[in-house]
Amino acid sequence: MTPAMGTMRNLRLRALLPVFSLVVILVPIFILQPATFSYFGLGLLLNLAVPIVFATLAQLAVITVNDLDLSIGSFVSLAACIGATLLVRAPWLGVAALIACVLLYAAIGALIEYRSIPSIVVTLGLSFVWTGLAVLLLPSPGGTSPEWLSGLMTFQTPLVAAPIVWSVVIALVGHVLLMRSSAGVRVRAAGGNPRAMSRFGWSMVKSRAILYGVAGVFGVLSGLSLLGLTTSADSNLALRYTLLSIAAVILGGGEFIGGRVSVWGAVLGSITLTVAASFLAFLNISPDWQVGMQGAILIAVLSLRVLLQRSGARK
Amino acid sequence: MMASIAGSSVSTPGDALIGLADIGKTFGQVKALSGINFAFERGECVGVAGHNGAGKSTLMAILAGVYAPDHGMLSVDGHPVKHYDANAAREAGVRCVFQELSLCANLSIAENMCILHPELKGRAWRRKATALMVEQLDAIFPGHNLKGHELVADLTLTQRQMVEIARGFTVVTSPVKLVILDEPTSSLDAHTAEQLLVFIRAAAGRGTTCILISHMLGEIERVADRVLVMRDGMAAAVLPREALEQDAIVRAMGQHVEVESKSKTTGRLQRNAGDFTWHVGPPTSKRSTISATRGEIVCFAGLAGQGQTEALLAIYRGSTRRGAKERVAFVAGDRADDGVFPLWSISENLVIRWLYGSPNGRRRRLLVDAAGVRGLVQDWRTKIGIRGAATSAGILSLSGGNQQKVLFARALASDADLILMDDPTRGVDIGTKRDIYELVRSEASNGRTFIWYTTENDELAYCDRAYVFRSGRVTRVLYADECNEEALLAASFEEQAA
Repeated sequence: MTPAMGTMRNLRLRALLPVFSLVVILVPIFILQPATFSYFGLGLLLNLAVPIVFATLAQLAVITVNDLDLSIGSFVSLAACIGATLLVRAPWLGVAALIACVLLYAAIGALIEYRSIPSIVVTLGLSFVWTGLAVLLLPSPGGTSPEWLSGLMTFQTPLVAAPIVWSVVIALVGHVLLMRSSAGVRVRAAGGNPRAMSRFGWSMVKSRAILYGVAGVFGVLSGLSLLGLTTSADSNLALRYTLLSIAAVILGGGEFIGGRVSVWGAVLGSITLTVAASFLAFLNISPDWQVGMQGAILIAVLSLRVLLQRSGARK
Repeated sequence: MMASIAGSSVSTPGDALIGLADIGKTFGQVKALSGINFAFERGECVGVAGHNGAGKSTLMAILAGVYAPDHGMLSVDGHPVKHYDANAAREAGVRCVFQELSLCANLSIAENMCILHPELKGRAWRRKATALMVEQLDAIFPGHNLKGHELVADLTLTQRQMVEIARGFTVVTSPVKLVILDEPTSSLDAHTAEQLLVFIRAAAGRGTTCILISHMLGEIERVADRVLVMRDGMAAAVLPREALEQDAIVRAMGQHVEVESKSKTTGRLQRNAGDFTWHVGPPTSKRSTISATRGEIVCFAGLAGQGQTEALLAIYRGSTRRGAKERVAFVAGDRADDGVFPLWSISENLVIRWLYGSPNGRRRRLLVDAAGVRGLVQDWRTKIGIRGAATSAGILSLSGGNQQKVLFARALASDADLILMDDPTRGVDIGTKRDIYELVRSEASNGRTFIWYTTENDELAYCDRAYVFRSGRVTRVLYADECNEEALLAASFEEQAA
């Protein structure tokens, strides 16, 4: 086999890894609980997938420029709190607040590039700011979801369960925007070789601001979809999304540096992580152990990827 | 001797595609360019030659709009341009093929077109980009076997270089008038390099101006209509086609500065032939043998980045292996990246290598011998002349030159008998350099061996033997009496005869 064919085969294997890990989790579930393999079963199983998919894409946008967003969980909670309070009481104010959040996110991206400060430090600090704002808005769990939002999230799609339809639509839109469009290619280039970009006269500040803005949009969508599902909010609602979203991006074939990301992979990764929780529940593993087991699954998949990379490098 | 300063040979500014008038650029304290006057005509091929740090790449970066000049003015088609940046360069039809490629590894070949061409957008941009790219690759490198959808990360270095070059010549809407090729053949093989040279000649014939920067003087000799020779940030000479000979170029590059001939220290220790011997170089080809005796100063010379640092690191690895008989210390040239511990104090930075030493059972001791450290630091502070701050102050409170002295003291205070130096006087002022040279000499006469990678040709005057590197291999060995700049330049630029 020629080396070129070897790397091609390896690439395809790597691209298939997210699919493979999802199947490995799904098949035992279908065997253990055949009832899940149905419209309603899948709907229940993937009930909470949509907000996680959104949060993952927000994280993906940030990882594209070699940064990490440690505040996405608290930002999603804040968006949900705004949705449960301002958006119900004064819809225009609520919309304005959400737009302000997105703009703030973009401004943070610009600031990180402009002052060249580590994103981890900035976003870690901001996570407390977001949580603080959420507590100010909603001191104790409560609030209500706007009617239209709950209606949208509980909408029954024909034939295929709604979360699956949603995920596919989101992945498709994200894929076209980031992977196929020329603008998307240029922002990915900003992650791949920032020096070359600025040499050719592109503004890195703009690229980072756009990607952080996109992350803000997806963060808001994640918060709203979560609110639509839970119908009430809490300032700590989505804190675990921070690490979950990073894990999902990496599970989906993304890399921390070099702008190598995959939208389809990230969506599959987030679905895998959603389902993994149910899988462990079906196995009667106590909730105390479930987080640890999720970590074990993650380690297994990532080790597999490293093995694939190694065999690729040897050729 | 040859055509004097560049300005004299500039034709009437109206004809010139791009004109440079009195261009100057400084980086901090370093004057990278000064007083460059030149005019690039339509359809000519200009070769640019000069040794490391002569300002070639800086000048090209200014032409490409990456840096704005501090001084002087660029003109396009005879009209002066106020704000000449990357976008202005693109509009003027200037393209640059950068030496350290500017491709994004995470994108495909076609997607990399997007970075250069803002016009590529809307529907079917991808098909258009692929078609343009493949067409250009076909034109320059027939038989390239690339389809356009491959990820750049999966290409070999040669293929990447081909893509970078071909991309520079592609036209979407804005025309290509001048292409800068900075060391384009450095990672091409003989066959593709030949294809490129043929293409450059043809492109010049069609009216596209090409600028070829190369250390392969033979290539410049073959394709260039004129050669701009640079030296110390200035245009040293412009050689017309008739006067183009490798010898003439080398002569124009040399700094005719008399390096005061140092009387070699006579009282050196008796040398045993080959106290140390190493084999370095890429494992696939014939490896080069480096040998040194005790008390000798061995230089690694040649153009920058021809494998000297790799050879030093290989020697270092060999000497730190368990059971190695020599004790080694390393003086880094890139202070900020692999020299200082930025958060530590001066004295901590100085003694760290000494603490690893084995004599006096220091290693077996649990705690640091504070009094010993204090004594040692004071000792070296006066010996090497570290000025500017108390030894308990942070290392970054010192000036660059003094930081470098600390790094020297770190190596010299240790028990090492072999000291490796990776271009240690990079960006150090002349006074500090003198101090360092003296120290190296006196330590060598005490029996220490120095292996010294230097990019400054003056420093060759201090060495007993110099290995000239090219493409990771030693191509020439110069002994003390032949270590002068002319011999070195000739050795570094000579085509691989061996």
